[in-house]
Parts: sequence; structure tokens; C-alpha cells
Amino acid sequence: MTAPVIEVERASVAYGNRTVLHEVSLTVTAGEVVAVLGANGSGKSTLIRALLGLVPLTAGSVRLFDTPLRRFRQWRRIGYVPQRIGAGSGVPATVAEVVAAGRLARRGLFRPFGAADRAAVAAALRAVGLADRARDPVATLSGGQQQRTLIARALAGEPDLLVLDEPTAGVDAASQEAFAEALRGFVAGGKSVLLVAHGLGPLRPLTTRAVILHGGTIVHDGAVPESGDGHDHVHPHGPTEATGRATGMWSI
Amino acid sequence: MNLLAYDFTIRALVAALVIGLTAPALGVYLVQRRMSLIGDGVGHVALTGVGVGLLFNQSPVLTAMLVAAVGAIAIELIRERGRTAGDVALALLFYGGIAGGVVLVGLSGSSSRSLTSFLFGSLNTTSPQDFVVIVVLGLTLLAAMVLLRPALFAICHDEEYARVAGLPVRALNLLLAVTTAMTVTIAMRTVGLLLISAMMVVPVAAAQQVTRGFRSTMAMAMVLGLVAAGAGVWLAGQIDTAPGATIVLLAIGMFLALALGSALWRIVSRRVASRTARPAPDVKPPEVALGR
Repeated sequence: MTAPVIEVERASVAYGNRTVLHEVSLTVTAGEVVAVLGANGSGKSTLIRALLGLVPLTAGSVRLFDTPLRRFRQWRRIGYVPQRIGAGSGVPATVAEVVAAGRLARRGLFRPFGAADRAAVAAALRAVGLADRARDPVATLSGGQQQRTLIARALAGEPDLLVLDEPTAGVDAASQEAFAEALRGFVAGGKSVLLVAHGLGPLRPLTTRAVILHGGTIVHDGAVPESGDGHDHVHPHGPTEATGRATGMWSI
Repeated sequence: MNLLAYDFTIRALVAALVIGLTAPALGVYLVQRRMSLIGDGVGHVALTGVGVGLLFNQSPVLTAMLVAAVGAIAIELIRERGRTAGDVALALLFYGGIAGGVVLVGLSGSSSRSLTSFLFGSLNTTSPQDFVVIVVLGLTLLAAMVLLRPALFAICHDEEYARVAGLPVRALNLLLAVTTAMTVTIAMRTVGLLLISAMMVVPVAAAQQVTRGFRSTMAMAMVLGLVAAGAGVWLAGQIDTAPGATIVLLAIGMFLALALGSALWRIVSRRVASRTARPAPDVKPPEVALGR
């Protein structure tokens, strides 16, 4: 199980004249849980957006599952969790509807939503502890629960690699625990995770490797540092307060 | 006046019903994406197409469709770039469209009445040819909006996610743009270019006063659009008003009724809940802003 899942080679990204990433190289192999840490503006979000093709590279190359990014088509193997729910929210949508979008990469444009899709959505909602909120409008959920909805959406596609952008930023302790639990189940299946974070919190025991970005270059790639939680990240309640029950503090 | 007494009134009614069903089915995506006014902009641009048609003695519906499609695609490309200047570019396109239309219609020697009929609709002059175009095209667009709902929902809800899911985001966006242009032009005869956007947006806004999900909002908006269109055509015949404006006023009436009704319902159910001395069931967690 050492096949490379992500290979970034000397990748640079610039917005206008400003170089945000400078010749960054990173390899993630199957079964790894890699955390990209760094302060705001260190280029960590840009790195994962670039390796997903959301931001163009100015130099270097990216390979996903041993395929150059440009020719990569197996998007169903990747579950992407953006920082927050998309801007489009003029119309209410239920939690289940948002999570069901995670099946699209697998079933394509025209195949109808079948029993396997329904089962996957239900399993993903259970994994993040939101099964009882499936029919509620997403907008009525707390920030942490909305983040868990996005994680469920990624899990519903049954991917081989999860890519998460700040999954724990601004998320309550109960949701952080629920998230760590869901990730634990995912990793137990031998799958890989790449996540960007300010601090690791309850994810620390799961993380196999840490990459620290500073000013657009990698300054550390190896063991998870002791102080990896980052000085600028605050845990208002501390992760130990969580009960571990997925629907802890906001459930009715 | 009996609606079903004449061929032309039956055609008018059926055309209005098709628009009443199709416009909200498209509109739900536009509202989702917070682009409620896009139909209005495309309507402005379509007027230039009408002018071109009248000036060169071509079918104004056909030329309006072509020009509106080009305009809608241009708007989509500007949106995709997401530049701040896009706002100004859109304004130029909108006002250029309506000014160009007024000048071209004038040059063609058509009366100002004909201009008014395109701006505010002229249902009773729907020709049998127009009728066939409206029904066939309207139902085709409706089928596309319903069948592609999961994918269109995904791109309107979270475009970046849809991109990483491997959806053909650009093709779907262009499909929405062209559908907007087609809907505007087939609705031109019924409610008019200045009011068509209302048929895309108002039933959706009304439906979401009482719905909780996207699919239910879409379904209810289509029902409301259908009812407003049917009742509007009938009422316009009874009191001799412009059908397009009557339909739109009815839809706005539905919005107000549903908004008021759901507000009252919330107050009443809260009272009942507190009287039965249970903890209020609608205690919601404070909205935690995810920021950035």
C-alpha cells in the first residue's frame, strides 16, 4: 500500500504578480493522513486548491492516482470538503439533498438516484452523526453541523482520498469529535486523507505526517510537531469536553 | 368572456400555463445562485433582437432568441471570471440591449404599440406558429430542468465542489444561460420582456416561505406558477386587463399570503408550545458563522 495518491512536484502558484506557492513538492501515499499546517497566508489552502485543479499552476506538475492532473477523470475517487458551504444558498436545501450531491461523481448526470445512492447517503449521515437531521434545512444547522454536512457529502461518494480545507475551523468541540470519529472510520479502510488545518485538536492521534508551510514553501515535512496546534488557534472549550456522542451539544 | 370559446383564447391560456410551469423550474436555479435578476437582464438584451427582426422583416421571436442567447452566454462568461468590473459590464449589456431595441424598433417603422406588446406581453395575438414554438420549446426546457436537477443543484449550490466532482460545470452553466434566453423569448408574448423575470423569481420566493428543501421548493414553485398563470389569464379576461401584469400581480399576492401565513403559523405554534409548557421546540443553536 505505498502507491502514490498525490504527487506534487515543484509546484508554483501566483495570483497576479504575487507568488503564493513557491516550488512546493509533496507526495501522499495510500493509507497516509497528512496534515498541512501553517499560519494564515502561508499558502496551505492554495496548495490543496491547486492540486485539485481549482487554481492553475504557474510552474510544476500535479499527479493524482498516478495520472497527470490534466488527464485525470476519476473524480469519484476524491472527496473534497471545502471550507464552507457554497455561496449559492438562495433556496433552502435539506441536509440529505446536499449530501446526495456527493453521489454525482459516481452516478453521472443521467442515471437516476438508486437504492445504492440512498444507502450511501444514509451511511455518510450516520458517520458524521447527522442522521436525525437529514430532512432539516441546512441553514438551520450550527456552523459545526454544516461542516459535518459537507464531510458527509464527501463521504457519500465513497472516495479513496479525502481532501479537506480547514475542516475544524470555527467548529464546536462536539462537531470536532464527531468529525474525528468519522475520519477514523474512513482511515481504517486503508484510505488516504490530506487536510489543511490551523490546529489538529482531536485529529492529532490520526495524523501520520505533518507538513508545515511558511511563506509559500515547505519548512517541515515529517513527524507531527508537539506544538503543531499552532499558536493562533484557540479551543474555547477544549476537545476533551466533548462527549464523543456525535450529536452532542446542539441536538434537540 | 368564456375563455374556452375561441381558438385564440385557448392558445393564450395554454401558452401561459406552459410559461407558468417552465419559468419557475428554471428560476429556482437562478434564485439558488442569487442571480434573480438575470432574466430581467436577458429580457433587456432580447429587445434588441426583436428590433433586429422587425427591421429586417424576420420573425422577431427567432431573432430575439438568437440575440438573447448570445447575451446570456456573454453574461455567463462575465460571471465566470468573477471580476468586479463584471458588474459594470452587465449594466452596459442591459441598458445597451434595451436602448438598441427601442432604436431598432423605431427605425423599422413599427408602431410604439408593437414595442409595448413585446415589453408587456400581448397574449391574445399569439399566432398558431408562435403557439407551437412556445409549447414545444417550453416543455423541452421544462424536461431538461427537471431531469438535470441533481447536477444543476450541485453547480448552483457549490460550484467548486461540482468541479471537483468532475461535473461538466461550464457546459451546465451555459445550458442554464441558454435556457434563460429561451424562456425569456417564449415568455415574451405572454408576460412581456420586462415582466418575465417575475415569473422566474416570484413563485420560487413564494414557495420557499413554506418549504424546507430544494426539491419541494421547485415543485411548489411550479404549482404556484401554473395557478398564477391560469388564474391570471382568466381574471384578465374578466376585468379586461393586461394578462402578463395580472399574472405577475397574482403571483406577488401568493407570495404575500404565504409569507404572512407562515409568519402567523410560527407565532401561533410558538404560543401553543409555550402554553403546553414544554421546552420550546424551535430553540435553534446560535448561528455560528464559519467566517472568511
